[in-house]
Amino acid sequence: MIDQRKKHNFKLYNIIIFIVFVAFITALDLKFLGDDYVRRVLSLAAIYTIVSVSMNLVNGFTGLFSLGQAGFMAVGAYTVAIFTVPLEKRAAIFYVVDQNPVLAQIHLPFVVALILGGLLSALIAILIGIPVLRLRSDYLAIATLGFSEIIRIILTNAKSITNGALGIKGIPEMPTMWVFFGVMILSVTLIVLLINSSYGRAFKAIREDEIAAEAMGINLFKHKVMSFAIGAFFAGIGGGLLASLLGTVDPKQFYFTMTYNFLLIIVLGGMGSISGTVIASFIVTIGLEVLRFFDEPLTLLGFNIPLFRAGFRMVIFSALLMILVLFFRNGLLGQKELSWDMITSWFNKKTLRRKEKGGAL
Amino acid sequence: MTFEIFMQQLANGISIGSLYALIAIGYTMVYGILRLINFAHGDIFMMASYFMVFSMVNFGLPWYVSMVIVIIATILLGVLVEKTAYKPLRNAPRMSIMISAIGVSFLLENLATYLFTGVPKGFPDIAILTQAISFGNISFSVATLVTPIITLILLYVVQFITNKTKIGMAMRASSIDFETARLMGININRVISTTFVIGSGLAAVGAILWGSKYPSVMPLMGVMPGLKCFIAAVLGGIGNTTGAVLGGFILGMAEIMLVTFLPSLTGYRDAIAFIILIVVLLVKPTGLLGEKVTDKV
Repeated sequence: MIDQRKKHNFKLYNIIIFIVFVAFITALDLKFLGDDYVRRVLSLAAIYTIVSVSMNLVNGFTGLFSLGQAGFMAVGAYTVAIFTVPLEKRAAIFYVVDQNPVLAQIHLPFVVALILGGLLSALIAILIGIPVLRLRSDYLAIATLGFSEIIRIILTNAKSITNGALGIKGIPEMPTMWVFFGVMILSVTLIVLLINSSYGRAFKAIREDEIAAEAMGINLFKHKVMSFAIGAFFAGIGGGLLASLLGTVDPKQFYFTMTYNFLLIIVLGGMGSISGTVIASFIVTIGLEVLRFFDEPLTLLGFNIPLFRAGFRMVIFSALLMILVLFFRNGLLGQKELSWDMITSWFNKKTLRRKEKGGAL
Repeated sequence: MTFEIFMQQLANGISIGSLYALIAIGYTMVYGILRLINFAHGDIFMMASYFMVFSMVNFGLPWYVSMVIVIIATILLGVLVEKTAYKPLRNAPRMSIMISAIGVSFLLENLATYLFTGVPKGFPDIAILTQAISFGNISFSVATLVTPIITLILLYVVQFITNKTKIGMAMRASSIDFETARLMGININRVISTTFVIGSGLAAVGAILWGSKYPSVMPLMGVMPGLKCFIAAVLGGIGNTTGAVLGGFILGMAEIMLVTFLPSLTGYRDAIAFIILIVVLLVKPTGLLGEKVTDKV
């Protein structure tokens, strides 16, 4: 009886939290709250959530070590950039080398270009996956890292398509933050549904023990390629959103070190925990913005502290990744998901401990 | 194209190939024993270049003294990386060790950017290596000629260590079966440290020769050579030192020949290695000289 009521309460809590979240974002969106900077950072966090959750699907749930997220994002971002810039603006952007005459005629709505970008990423993932995923998954790390470098080389050199190092400017901006948060909610829901399906169970089986999984009749190759391609699809979508958030793309944005942001996020959140990844995405994205003061020279009481100068933030960032993986390998949530049971038991433990202490005194 | 240009490029290809070979040996040995892609290897190579800059430019030491100091410092760095980032994770899931390797590499890159700024530094001029000698119309720097010779000598030394010494025997045993080697009383930590000593030492030699050829030192200079040399190691058959050298030579030649014969594709020079990787994995995943390894259950 009591259990039943408790469960009911939890459902109510979930609904309340969801309403608060929607109200908060809507208030931000209608400019009741915050400023443009806050809106931008939160939208970025939403995009990082999409990409990190997709990376966790590959790395955390399937056990493949993929480092191609930045490359797949670049594919999505450039697809959106190439097809959504208004036709009349194109000549001004491609002023060094003319745009490919076929592409110069095509203009697609944002949603179509976004999905096309995701599909292209997935296609490339399949092309990389077919030779590489038949073997030990170590090679995937090198192949994906190499891929994100090659894609940058191609973006810089294929000037008639991508405008080379100059990048593409003037990508239409989105009227509302709900574009980012809506896609985030949709993508995370889809990935959660996938993980809880029979495919998801197969992914986890592969992660735990490839040989045992194969013995249970799971087609290793098929499932690995599938997980990798789906991960790439969502990374492409994230890249497309990033292009429309920033309004401009250029090859330098998608340097492979960008992938390490997502790596930090999934390690912090817990490899194999969706809720952990979502929380960590917001922590890391906001943290990276807050930590910007580390890069500024700091003067305390008239003394110039020499530690604080350009690059310090990234040192802290990478040291944090090392500390996490060496000492807190499970991150925030390990392979568990955040639930009300977990929160209540955590609080109970705390109060219990306090009571015990009180008793001893 | 004239014969002279071709010869010049051939020499370039051989010398760049042997630089790749020097770095690839480090990858292949670590992978052979730990089954780990040591992502930090390229950055250890980068740090070695910086050590050379500091030793010669800032402290004004002569090149032969600097060389010894740089090799020792790089070896210490390599062993430090192993002890702090890889040793604590010896029994951890493979994924954690890979992330740790990525983390160390990223940390070294960021530390270098922070400490030495992203502005490229000039590599000190080692007169004995950079002076030009010419045969008819073809002129090379001494470094171009000396690099392949040094590489072959060092390959011989590495072969001697792995095949003829006691620690080498321990290395071979560990690379065949880590656990059994340990049961046989092999001090696995010493074996691994030795591997990192050899790998880092070769990376330091590679960095000195590299700097004489491309005299610009940057925090991210190790990334591309690092990735390429791992691919060279895969091409030659991972775990096999002779294979690594062979793979390095082939990769270097392939790059230079692309630039020579198809100058319009020069921008894609860095992409060649990855195309080779994909082809090797499709056609012969064990590499040219590698043996087939089966996973035991």
